[in-house]
Amino acid sequence: MSEFIYLTFDGLSRGLVYAAFALALVLIWRAARIVNFAQGAMAVSAVYVAYSVTNATGSYWLGFAAALLAGLALGVTVERVVMRFVDHSSPLNGVVVALGLVLILQGVLGIVYGNEFLPFSTPFSRDAFEVGGVAMLSRYDLFVIAAVGSVVIALTLLFTRTAIGLRMRAAAFAPDVSRLLGVSVGGMLTLGWALAAAVGSLAGILVVPTELGVHPTAMDVVFVSAFAAAVVGGLDSPIGAVVGGLIVGVLLSYVSGYIDVTVAPMAVLALLVVVLLGRPGGLFSSSKARVA
Amino acid sequence: MTTIESRPETATKAPPGAKRRRRVHPVIVIALGAVLVVALTYVLPPFRNYQLATVGAYFCVTAGLTVLTGLNGQLSLGHGALMATGAYTLALAQNRWESLPLSFALAVLVTTGVGAVIGLAAARLRGPYLAGLTLAVAIVVPSVTSTFDETFNSDQGLSVFLEPPPEQYPMEQWQAWLCWAAALVVVLLLALLVRGRFGRDLRAVRDDETAAKLAGINIARTQVLAFVVSAACAGVAGALFAYLAQSVSPGAFPLTLSLFLLMAIVIGGLGSLFGALWGALLLVVLPALSQSVGEQTGSQRLEGNLALIVFGVVLVVVMLAAPGGLASIPSRISRLIRRNR
Amino acid sequence: MSGALLQVEGLTAGYGAAPVLHEVDLTVQPGEIVAVLGANGAGKTTLLRTLSGLVKCTHGRVLLDGDDLAGTKVEHLVRRGIAHVPEGRGVVTELTVDENLRLGGLWRRDRADARVALDEVYDLFPSLAQRRTFAGHQLSGGERQMLALGRALIGRPRLLLLDEPSLGLAPKVTRHIMTLLRDLRARTGLAVLLVEQNVRSALSIADEGVVLALGRVVVRNRASVLRDDADLRHAYLGF
Repeated sequence: MSEFIYLTFDGLSRGLVYAAFALALVLIWRAARIVNFAQGAMAVSAVYVAYSVTNATGSYWLGFAAALLAGLALGVTVERVVMRFVDHSSPLNGVVVALGLVLILQGVLGIVYGNEFLPFSTPFSRDAFEVGGVAMLSRYDLFVIAAVGSVVIALTLLFTRTAIGLRMRAAAFAPDVSRLLGVSVGGMLTLGWALAAAVGSLAGILVVPTELGVHPTAMDVVFVSAFAAAVVGGLDSPIGAVVGGLIVGVLLSYVSGYIDVTVAPMAVLALLVVVLLGRPGGLFSSSKARVA
Repeated sequence: MTTIESRPETATKAPPGAKRRRRVHPVIVIALGAVLVVALTYVLPPFRNYQLATVGAYFCVTAGLTVLTGLNGQLSLGHGALMATGAYTLALAQNRWESLPLSFALAVLVTTGVGAVIGLAAARLRGPYLAGLTLAVAIVVPSVTSTFDETFNSDQGLSVFLEPPPEQYPMEQWQAWLCWAAALVVVLLLALLVRGRFGRDLRAVRDDETAAKLAGINIARTQVLAFVVSAACAGVAGALFAYLAQSVSPGAFPLTLSLFLLMAIVIGGLGSLFGALWGALLLVVLPALSQSVGEQTGSQRLEGNLALIVFGVVLVVVMLAAPGGLASIPSRISRLIRRNR
Repeated sequence: MSGALLQVEGLTAGYGAAPVLHEVDLTVQPGEIVAVLGANGAGKTTLLRTLSGLVKCTHGRVLLDGDDLAGTKVEHLVRRGIAHVPEGRGVVTELTVDENLRLGGLWRRDRADARVALDEVYDLFPSLAQRRTFAGHQLSGGERQMLALGRALIGRPRLLLLDEPSLGLAPKVTRHIMTLLRDLRARTGLAVLLVEQNVRSALSIADEGVVLALGRVVVRNRASVLRDDADLRHAYLGF
C-alpha cells in the first residue's frame, strides 16, 4: 500500500512535467496547426544553456532563468526563420520540417557538448518526506508542482483575462477576420511559439535532473510521453493536456514501479494505440476524426 | 486535406510537349543495374564494396518508404524499428538454424507481420497523429530489447553467426552482390507493383480520399497494403544490415535512423524509385564525408554529428524551397532540368 | 474627383495566374452607400478582399482620402477608418459575443470610447446584450450578422465594406439590417460599400450602384436609375 501511495505521488509529480510539455504542444497546435516534433530538441537545447550558465555561475537559478529565456528566443527564431515559411497545405510538411530541426539541434548540441550524459543537479532534495512511515513527496516534487502550477495559472489568466490572450485566441481561430480587426496575426503566432517553447523548456529543466542527465536525445522519450498526454486530452484542449499529462505520469510510474523502468516506453505506445484507435477525439475534444 | 499533396497539379501543368515519355520496362532497367553493380564490384576496393553493399541495403528500405510516403502519403517514423525487427529476426534465426535463406525469409515474414499490425492502426490515422504513433514505435526498440534481455541481450545486442563466402570471392564483394541482389529484386517487384492498378490506387488515395472512395477504391485496404509492402522492404533492409554488421544492437536503430530515411526519400524526390536510390546513396556518402571531415579536424564530436546537421539542413531547405510540399519536388526538378536544356 | 473617401482606379487582382477582377474603377464619397451587384462569381467578394489587402492586386491603385493604400498592412486598415465585415458573417465562433465585440475595439487607443461604443452596440442590438456570454456558434444567422456588424461599428469606421449581409437571412432580418445601415449613415455619416446578391434590398438603400460581370464593371449609375431600368435588370441582375 505504501508503495502504491509513493508511486502515485511520484507519478503525479512526473505527470505535471508531461502536462507542461503537452501544454507546449497544445499551444502551438492551437496557434499554428502544427504538432511541433522539434519541441523535445528545443527543450534540450534550453537545458544545455542552463547547464552552461549554472556551471559558469554556480547558481541553479540563473541557469533556470537562462533556460526559460533561451526557450523564448528559440521559439521566436524557429517560428520567424523556419516555420513561417512552411507550406501548410498539408499537415505533414510542418512535421517533416520540425524533424529536420530535430536533426540540426541534436547535431549542434552533440558537437558543442558531446554525446554523453552530463550531470545536472536539482536545487532541492529529491528525498521524499515520510508521513506515518509512508514516503510521499520530496522537496523537489513540491518545487515541480509549484512551477508547473504557476505556469498553468498564468497561461489561464493570460488567455481568459487579457487583451493579448484574446488576440492570440482570435488569431488562432480566425486569422483573416482578426487581421481585419487590427490584430497582428503574425505577431501572435510568434508569441505563441515563444510561450510554448518557454513552457517546453521549463518541462525540460524540470525533468532532466530526475533522469540520466543532459544528452542531445534526452527528451525523445519525454516527447513521446507528452505527445501521448496531449493526444489523451485532445490536441485542442489545454485542460486536456494537463489531465492527460497526469494520467500518463501516473501510468508510467505504476509500470516502472511494479514491472520495470524499461517497460515504460511500451506502455506509452500501448496507451497511444488505445486512445488513438478507441477515442479518436481524445477525452476532452469534440472533434470526431483524427484527420488533423 | 490529409495527404502530402492534395491537388494533382502536376498532371494539369505539364507542358504539352512533354507527353508521357516512353517508359523502359523495369526488367530492363534492373538487368542493366545488375550488370553495372557486378562490374563495379570488380573495380572497387574492398571498403568501397562494403559501402556499395550498404547502399544496396538502404535502397531496399528507401524504395519501400517511397511507396508508402511518396505514393500513398503516409508518413512513417517507425521504419527504423521495422528494420530492427528484420535484423533481430535474422540474428535469432541464424544463430539457431544457421541457414541464411531461411533466416532471410523469416526476417521478411516477421517484419511484414509487424508492419501489418502498425498498418492497421495507421490506416485510421492521419498527419501528425500517424507520425506520433510511429515515433512511439521507433523509441520502443531499446525498451523491448532491455525488457526481454534474455532473448535480445539488451544494449549489447546479438552477434550473427555467418558462414564465410566461397573462397574465390572476397568477403566485401560477396556482401555487395548479396545486398544488391536483394535490393534489385525488391525494387523490381515494387516497380511492377506500382505500375499497375495498385499504384493508381495508392496515388488516388493520396491525392483525394473522398474521390478515391467514390471511384470504388477501398481506402483502408490500400493504405494497409502500402504499409505491409513497405514493411516487408524494411525487413529485407534490416536483415541485410544484420548480415553486413554481423551483429545487431538497439544502438544501430535509433530514432535518428528513421529521420535519416525520411530525409533520404524527401531529397530523392518523393514518389520515384529512382529517387530512392539517390537517397540511399546519400545515406552512405554524407556520413562518410562527415566522418572524414571529423578525422581531418581531429574532432570526434564532429564525426558523428556533422552528418546530422547536414541532413537536417538539407531536409529543412528542401521543404522550404518547394512550397508545393514534398510531392512537388520531382516535377519542380524536372521542370528545372527541362528549362536548362 | 477630389474629396472622395475611397477611389479605386484600374484595379486588377486574382488568386493565381488568371485575374478575377479586371480594371475596376469606382468611387465612394463620404456618407455615400454604394452597392456592388452582380451574379455569383462576378468578383464581388474578391473586390472587397482586394480593397482590404487580403488579396494582392496586380495592377491599379486604391486611394483612401487621396493616399495610396498600397503597402498598408491589412491589420492597419482598421486604424485608417475602414471596417471590413467579411462574407459568412466573420464572427469568431469559438469566442463569446462579448469577446467578439471587445476584439473589435482592441486596436483603439481611446479605451474609454471603445467602452462607450460597446455599450452603444448593445443598445443597438438588444438581442446581443442578452447573449453576451454565448459562444458565436450558438447564435442564429441574423444574430451573427448583427454581431459582425456591431463589432465593426465599435471601431467607429468611416467606411464599411459589407459582404453579403443578407446571405441566408430571413427577409425581415435583411430589412432590419438595411434600415439600420440607412440610419447609421444619416446619424454618423458612415459610408458603405455594400456587396449584395439581393439586388432589391441593396438598391433600396444605395445611392449608387455598380454592376460587376465576370470581374469587370459593366454598369455604373444612380441606384434609382438602376431600380427602374428593366433591360438592365434582365441582362445582369436577373429580376
